[in-house]
Amino acid sequence: MNVLERQQEAGLATQPIINDFSLVVATANGTGSQTANLTLLRSFFKLGIPVHGKNIFPSNIQGLPTWYHIRVSHEGYIARKPSEILVAFNPATAHEDLQELPSGGVCIYNADLKNLPRRDDVVYYPVPVSELISGIEVPVKRKPYIANMAYVGVVAWMLGVPLEVVEEALGAQFDYRQKLVESNMQVVQRAFAWASENLRKKDPYRLSPMNKTEGLILMTGNEAGALGAVFGGVSVAAWYPITPSTSFMDALRDFLPKLRKDQNGKPTYAVIQAEDELAAAGIVIGAGWAGARALTATSGPGISLMAEFASYGYFAEVPAVIWDIQRVGPSTGLPTRTSQGDVAFVYTLGHGDTKHPILFPSSIEECFEFGWRSLDLAEQLQTPVFVLSDLDLGMNNWMGRPFEYPDQPLQRGKVLRAEELEALGGFARYKDVDGDGIPYRTLPGTPHPLAAYFTRGSGHNEQAQYSERADDWERNMARLARKFETARNLMPAPAIDLHPSARVGIIAYGTTRYAIEEARDRLARQLPTSFLRLRALPINQQVRDFVAAHERVYVIELNRDGQMHSILQSEMPAYAARLRSIAHLDGLPLTAQWVQTRLLKEEANG
Amino acid sequence: MENPNITPIKLNAVGLSKKDYDGVPSTLCKGCGHNSIASQVVQVGFELNLRPHEIIKLSGIGCSSKSPAYFLGMSHGFNALHGRMPSVATGALLANHTLKAIGVSGDGDTGSIGLGQFKHLLRRNVRMVYIVENNGVYGLTKGQFSATAEEGLTLKYAGRNEFPPIDLCMEAIIAGCGFVARSFAGDAKQVRELLKAALSHRGTALLDIISPCVAFNNEDDSPKSYGYGTKHEKPLHELGFIPYAEEISIKPLEPGELRTVRLHDGSLLSLRNLGHDYDPTDKYAAIERLQRAQETGEFITGLIYYNPDRPSLAEVEGLSTPLAQLSAEQLRPSRAALEQFLQAYR
Repeated sequence: MNVLERQQEAGLATQPIINDFSLVVATANGTGSQTANLTLLRSFFKLGIPVHGKNIFPSNIQGLPTWYHIRVSHEGYIARKPSEILVAFNPATAHEDLQELPSGGVCIYNADLKNLPRRDDVVYYPVPVSELISGIEVPVKRKPYIANMAYVGVVAWMLGVPLEVVEEALGAQFDYRQKLVESNMQVVQRAFAWASENLRKKDPYRLSPMNKTEGLILMTGNEAGALGAVFGGVSVAAWYPITPSTSFMDALRDFLPKLRKDQNGKPTYAVIQAEDELAAAGIVIGAGWAGARALTATSGPGISLMAEFASYGYFAEVPAVIWDIQRVGPSTGLPTRTSQGDVAFVYTLGHGDTKHPILFPSSIEECFEFGWRSLDLAEQLQTPVFVLSDLDLGMNNWMGRPFEYPDQPLQRGKVLRAEELEALGGFARYKDVDGDGIPYRTLPGTPHPLAAYFTRGSGHNEQAQYSERADDWERNMARLARKFETARNLMPAPAIDLHPSARVGIIAYGTTRYAIEEARDRLARQLPTSFLRLRALPINQQVRDFVAAHERVYVIELNRDGQMHSILQSEMPAYAARLRSIAHLDGLPLTAQWVQTRLLKEEANG
Repeated sequence: MENPNITPIKLNAVGLSKKDYDGVPSTLCKGCGHNSIASQVVQVGFELNLRPHEIIKLSGIGCSSKSPAYFLGMSHGFNALHGRMPSVATGALLANHTLKAIGVSGDGDTGSIGLGQFKHLLRRNVRMVYIVENNGVYGLTKGQFSATAEEGLTLKYAGRNEFPPIDLCMEAIIAGCGFVARSFAGDAKQVRELLKAALSHRGTALLDIISPCVAFNNEDDSPKSYGYGTKHEKPLHELGFIPYAEEISIKPLEPGELRTVRLHDGSLLSLRNLGHDYDPTDKYAAIERLQRAQETGEFITGLIYYNPDRPSLAEVEGLSTPLAQLSAEQLRPSRAALEQFLQAYR
């Protein structure tokens, strides 16, 4: 009899823990466990319980360990949190995974696992996988896949998930292909029945239906961004495959044929797989110059290769959208882990006084919105616009409200057509007519003798003529700086939550918000804070006001050096001293616990 | 009333004078081969009645890549990055596949830094004229060897070239290019006829034009000099371009004397036999001929390989209305489409 059983005997069992725990499924990569895991995720979602799943996976096709974390929280918290429930299906990591369980945790294990250590403070449930899948009719190569359904059945039993909910989730997962749903469901049912007959529930964790996911959708950030681009009128996309941006382009190539054919069934888009990121950027710049709405998606190493074109695009003033789904480190680094490590690099990407507008989505709603809005901004500002997402947001499934249809017509920026040229008697490509730093352009193919101009990376005057004159250079660069000032108020404003009595402020951006929001709630009495979530660079006046209104402002981010912290310090030198950095990077998303601890420590240190 | 003392300016069928096809004055060296190529582009634009607004001109970086400024001043131009003109052209022509594109590159821009993009442009068969102004040296950085310089060539500044040359025509054929020609900047007529034919091609048309660098590589013993080219150029045939609209009235005087190839837009290119019958549609023979020419140091010019069968990138992509000209309604699906699409994610 172990500790838990003795406690239960003594009537000391803990109260049931309902809709508030984390579960981790440990498997080997390439065994098809993703389907089983998403089935669990969808089942919980369909029960109306706030849920989020994070895939922590290796850079590998087959064999290396992978962990899928699912957090359910009736309070709606979805940040990463250590798991109380382990599904141990990977012999290679089972020992270590088991060690990480907190006391009172649960270990659901593949009964074929030999020599699994016994912990007195953990509840064990075996899953006799071989027995459960024997006789199920599936092709041999799908055997390992359906094996994973065995743990789905046991988890469903343990948490009290009705089988019809699992079946619905499975259906959605398999796109309602009847045969696949049936064979997989058969294993789930067997496992559920086996557990009901042979296991006794000894743990406190269970699920109880709620209505908190009603009307919501479940989607990855990359899918949401791609869908946003489709509704933003993207017409040329080019890319070179790189994790974790690949699924962005996969989604785009999946959605475009469904949503963007003209009345004759012809595509209103072209998507090109380029030979490298350099060419991808070149295609996008060429397309933007000629009047398409163009984008590419990549990650850090690809951004390096795009530097020369980003610089060119800034200087020659060509619209383009570049999604950077950030991952960790240079070269391969940690290609399947998440970070906010490209912020400083991207902000000034290029040679010679470049500055780029950046959008920072934090949710699937914002991925969708920035998907279309980035294309508007690029044409309005006539410059490359970056969208910095990350692996965590891009590749994982998140809950969200159904996306709002764009609230403004397509913004095509200052483009002169033949009639306008005729009326104006010509134009000067790089002249600041309106005082906002944004000049007028024409598109190739415009049927007017005065439409043409020459685009170049070389020095040029207002008429786009080659010039090496010092005053021409300086005047042009001053106008580009003015254009960047205009960008401050065109970019999405920050999201601000002011606490009336807070003397401490927090600034963050992107997906770190979830750990921060949870930490703020937990610290509400001890350390009330205000929160400003940046949605874009360059910053606007609201960011300055926020910093001015607080004694100390912590900039929390997922990189080693506090990149945004440095940017904000240089943007607001007068407030540099009150901006403090809390930064950290180990490849995993932040936890609320870490944020709490660090905030309290920083405050204690003064 | 017309002034009898002024010769009326000759206008072409679209109402433009030859001067209307000019660009800004060249800043290249006097006598540079690139200038004569630019003047042939001007001439061809005038003769073919091209509408300047339907043309884009693009280039990479280098002396060659400056030249788009020197022709077709009423066309949009794009002086891109070193070796990266192909990707920019690809994007621009995806945005508007109805434009005619003239790209100008050099041997360094194409053969060294841009070799990758060059080959991938050809693989995709982007419809454009791709001119390489090939002089074997880097002019703007004072005469280093480029990748097309002959092995063993010795120059005053660069010393001796120890490495074998990259033959851009051969590279193009291997990459799947269907219009591969070599010419000589000193042979204005051939350059002109090839330019006209190239503008009628279905996909990428490569014109590898030996264009002497008077500053760094023009000694008479250098194969890319004027002296050498004038003396040794060996045209495979005499070329004649016949635009689609005109009635075709060319007849060989004797059998085997003349070949014609039908270009994508219906125009014809005649290839008059100059002693040997050369069949530019035979891929293996073309590669063999180039290989032999390289080994023996022969300077062959003309249409080396021709195959109009492969569709252009725009055809492969199924493009119809130019993407740059789509209406807002065509670019943004409806509100109902969004709502319906999201159903699957609930």
